[in-house]
Amino acid sequence: MDELIKQIKNPVLSLQNLSVSYNKAKTAVTNVSVGIKRNKVTAIMGPSGCGKSTLLRAINRMHDLYPNIDVSGEIFLNGKNISEMSDILLRRKIGMVFQRPNPFPTMSIYDNVIAGYKLNGIRLKKSEKDEIVEKALNDVVLWNEVKDSLTKKGTFLSGGQQQRLCIARAIAFLPDVILLDEPTSALDPIATKKVEELLIELKEKYTIILVTHNMSQAASISDYSMFMYLGELIEYGKTKTMFINPVDKRTEEYLTGKFS
Amino acid sequence: MLKLINNIENKKIDSRILGDKIFAGIVFLFAGITISPIIFIIYELIVKGYKQINLAFFTEIAPDTYEAMVALNNGKVIPGGILNGITGTLTMVSLAAIMAIPLGILIGIFLYENASKRYSSVVRDITDILQGVPSIVLGLISYFWIVKNITNGFSALAGSTALAIMMLPLIIRSTEETLKMIPETIKEAALALGVPYHKIILRVLIPTGFSGLLTGVLLAISRIIGETAPLMLTALGSMKVSFDIEKPISAVPLLIWEFYNDPNMVDLIWASSLFLMILVLTLNLVSKYILEKRG
Repeated sequence: MDELIKQIKNPVLSLQNLSVSYNKAKTAVTNVSVGIKRNKVTAIMGPSGCGKSTLLRAINRMHDLYPNIDVSGEIFLNGKNISEMSDILLRRKIGMVFQRPNPFPTMSIYDNVIAGYKLNGIRLKKSEKDEIVEKALNDVVLWNEVKDSLTKKGTFLSGGQQQRLCIARAIAFLPDVILLDEPTSALDPIATKKVEELLIELKEKYTIILVTHNMSQAASISDYSMFMYLGELIEYGKTKTMFINPVDKRTEEYLTGKFS
Repeated sequence: MLKLINNIENKKIDSRILGDKIFAGIVFLFAGITISPIIFIIYELIVKGYKQINLAFFTEIAPDTYEAMVALNNGKVIPGGILNGITGTLTMVSLAAIMAIPLGILIGIFLYENASKRYSSVVRDITDILQGVPSIVLGLISYFWIVKNITNGFSALAGSTALAIMMLPLIIRSTEETLKMIPETIKEAALALGVPYHKIILRVLIPTGFSGLLTGVLLAISRIIGETAPLMLTALGSMKVSFDIEKPISAVPLLIWEFYNDPNMVDLIWASSLFLMILVLTLNLVSKYILEKRG
């Protein structure tokens, strides 16, 4: 497993012996060590319940919120141990997009995009805000659709637009890494397509980690892939290599649809 | 064979349709029985109380028994109104709200945040018990705390304290229930943006659940606005318009009780009751409207 870290030079994130357990009994993630390549899309695949989301949520320490979840091992962001950073600062550097679109229902589209600044009490000039909003919405290819209705509530948009708004909210804060937890599982095929195209564009600027149970999604947009099974990291490597020539038998069975 | 099956099925369906109709009839009947009291109450109040409702009813204080007697003997409407009761109710309810709302919402947030801790289930149980305490007992308690020790006499403050204790459990539980209804994902969205915890509560959860919190407060107010027993022991009543919280004060339900004890004031009982009923009904309808609009 150590090779998995070494093969990525200068990783933006590196996970070392990461384990997560629920209620001190059920282990959801077992001893995962891996490095994440900068400005690439890394997909985490695997059947339901294999620990993909649990692993992802360890990266921005979302588990801290739940006292029944224990996380052991270490995670380094740009060489700094995240357990030594304040969780608030960490989460500003690592954006997250969730399974279901979750814009703040009381806020307008505009306010949703700058929610990160607003809720953290960072004061900006009107012109700075306008710039951030326009840039973020342009980045997620939503600007033309919503530029005339910025004052409407975020929940006014369609599901796919809401999810892109949530991505805009995450990138408006200029994070180093964006975590996406099955971002298209609640969307229709057209909205899914748009989000996928968007992710390919976004990797120019950001490191993206994408949890997905959709193999074709992983194949089409990711550069690197992890395959997890029963909490363990079975295989990690370039997506092309893994899909064409999987090393582990379980990976092969999963990719060929023997189980899901 | 097929014909036989068809016959059986037809019979079955006929009896089912009949059963359906009988059941629907019973449901309608009981629904009617349930709503009829409120209709009769409002009808009775309007018929008996409408003639006293005029401008003076809202702008003048309660008449004394002599004025009322003279008016009755001359076949006129009773002069005066219930202004001292209205201002007293407003004063005491506002004061009670100022005491109960912040405390109730804070405790509600505490229960929501620490839902599974043992300490909070104790708090929750106590809240439920508090809700069951007879209001006259709360009046007595407030009498001993405030009337005897703080204001050294009957006072609006004592009345408000009793009312505030009555409001607390309602606000606590409605706050907790409202916050529980907010999807966890909204909270996580804020958390993932690095928002500190107190700001998530103040700037995300409370605004998102605002209509629910408001509804809880309105229902709590409508629940206490007609309370009489605790006020008899604390606010006592007063014949003048007063905003002094250290002095005795009137309230609409207290006035109704006073009118009831005076044979010359019968008409004012009904008018005041109608006014109180409309107030409570409005509060209830407004809170229902707010809740529906949110949904």
